Amino acid sequence: MHPAPSVIFFTVFSGIGFGLLTFLGLGFPNVTGWTAFAFFVIAYLCAVGGLISSTFHLGHPERALKAFTQWRSSWLSREGVCAVVALVTMALYGAGLVFFGQRWGILGLIGAIFSLLTVFTTSMIYTQLKTIPRWNSPLTPAMFLSYALAGGALLAGQVTWAMALLAVAAVVQVLLWAQGDGALAGSGTTLATATGLGAGGSVRAFEPPHTGTNYLLREFAFVVGRKHSMKLRVIAIVLMAVLPIALLAAPFTHVVALLAVVSHVAGALAARWLFFAEAEHVVGLYYGKR
Amino acid sequence: MTTLPTATTKKLGLVIDLDTCVGCHACVISCKGWNTENYGAPLSDTDAYGGDPSGTFLNRVHSFEVKPPVLKDQPAPEAQLIHFPKSCLHCEDAPCVTVCPTGASYKRVEDGIVLVNESDCIGCGLCAWACPYGAREMDQVEKVMKKCTLCVDRIYNENLPEEDREPACVRTCPAGARHFGDFADPDSHVSKLSAERGGMDLMPEQGTKPVNKYLPPRPKDTLSEGAGDIDILAPYLEPVAQEAKGFLGWLDKTLEKL
Repeated sequence: MHPAPSVIFFTVFSGIGFGLLTFLGLGFPNVTGWTAFAFFVIAYLCAVGGLISSTFHLGHPERALKAFTQWRSSWLSREGVCAVVALVTMALYGAGLVFFGQRWGILGLIGAIFSLLTVFTTSMIYTQLKTIPRWNSPLTPAMFLSYALAGGALLAGQVTWAMALLAVAAVVQVLLWAQGDGALAGSGTTLATATGLGAGGSVRAFEPPHTGTNYLLREFAFVVGRKHSMKLRVIAIVLMAVLPIALLAAPFTHVVALLAVVSHVAGALAARWLFFAEAEHVVGLYYGKR
Repeated sequence: MTTLPTATTKKLGLVIDLDTCVGCHACVISCKGWNTENYGAPLSDTDAYGGDPSGTFLNRVHSFEVKPPVLKDQPAPEAQLIHFPKSCLHCEDAPCVTVCPTGASYKRVEDGIVLVNESDCIGCGLCAWACPYGAREMDQVEKVMKKCTLCVDRIYNENLPEEDREPACVRTCPAGARHFGDFADPDSHVSKLSAERGGMDLMPEQGTKPVNKYLPPRPKDTLSEGAGDIDILAPYLEPVAQEAKGFLGWLDKTLEKL
């Protein structure tokens, strides 16, 4: 799959933003006033910034409001609905903390649940696609949720939780890679089933339909960067989890915590780039690109 | 709603005969022509005369090589070249429809045609991600999703002569490799043709239940059968000289000795 920067930024930052909102909603850290204001600004910058960046890959962003209508069937629509409910609920809850010094726990709980639901619905957009066997796995939502919670705990300053959740995210990520590497072969979809010509012998793509490229090849047959996949995976895991955990284990200062956050975000971006770049869409079979 | 209809009255679709298709791409061109000049956003080309031409097509013809396995009775089997037209299969369980967040993609209850309402399409591309066949392409100029409409503006069009009321690809095919009809009717010519010739689904394991059927190619003429024995009298003919003579013979022997 083509790793569109807008979608990589969107999933990473909205994940971290909604993860932070989850912790804030549950009262970790239990802050009020200007401290709470600072936390909420960071959370909204990440979550809303991510959502806005996701509209950059739309052909007609001016019609984006229509995307709220199909929540009964579409995970993308459900994501939009959950995100709005989470953001509105958490804004009310945040206003209570910042302006009235009051913690309206029930609002916080609802906001936290919808924040996690937003991350889950995002992950289901990818998980539901049978056409991309690497994503079509329960480990995909597990990966998105563990990243969101780990990033959220890190930004919320919950050191113990952050260390544990970063480790969980790393394990889930490695499992997803391990399973994903055999996913296309395990899916049973081959050029033989794609063409129905398998009974006659071995099938090979002989000539593409056009001499030039097309939308399908640009969007689905991305093969650049596979060569360095293993190196990038190691870099991603070290930056995303290993280095932040080591930094958090050191005596806490704000500089060290900031370094941990920067390292985690860089690692998460690398991992998410791989998530898209390594995903094999079955339509590539027709073009002999698998 | 982008939920799928539980059943459709008709199941309009195509039978594509892989035995007959000669790979001339006439269907590609007539499709592009009709769907650029008529219903919906035109199918754009970008850099059409430059170094990196690209364009939107609703129907593309691939070519595949099928190499039969080496068996005792066919020690050197000949590869077959199969031309393979591919357009929307108007699936019964169309995954492209249910993923649409705006309701722009839908499957018609009356005839099962899968369409895009272009004024509702936000161009997110998710339906193209969900389609295993590459049947949907985002137009790079209009920024909306384009797909085969089964020429919905031809098949019911009473302004056209009756013989033209079928999809442009079917109407134009010079080999008669494409057939249009209603698969819900077991007596329609497409249903019969598909039953007779073992019409098959593409990627059945994806669970999309395609309406369009592909007819497998028949075994080709066996030109090379018994190669070396082109005549029953051949074994009685004088063998052709096995060893080279003259200068080449000398060269051959000399090189052997080196």
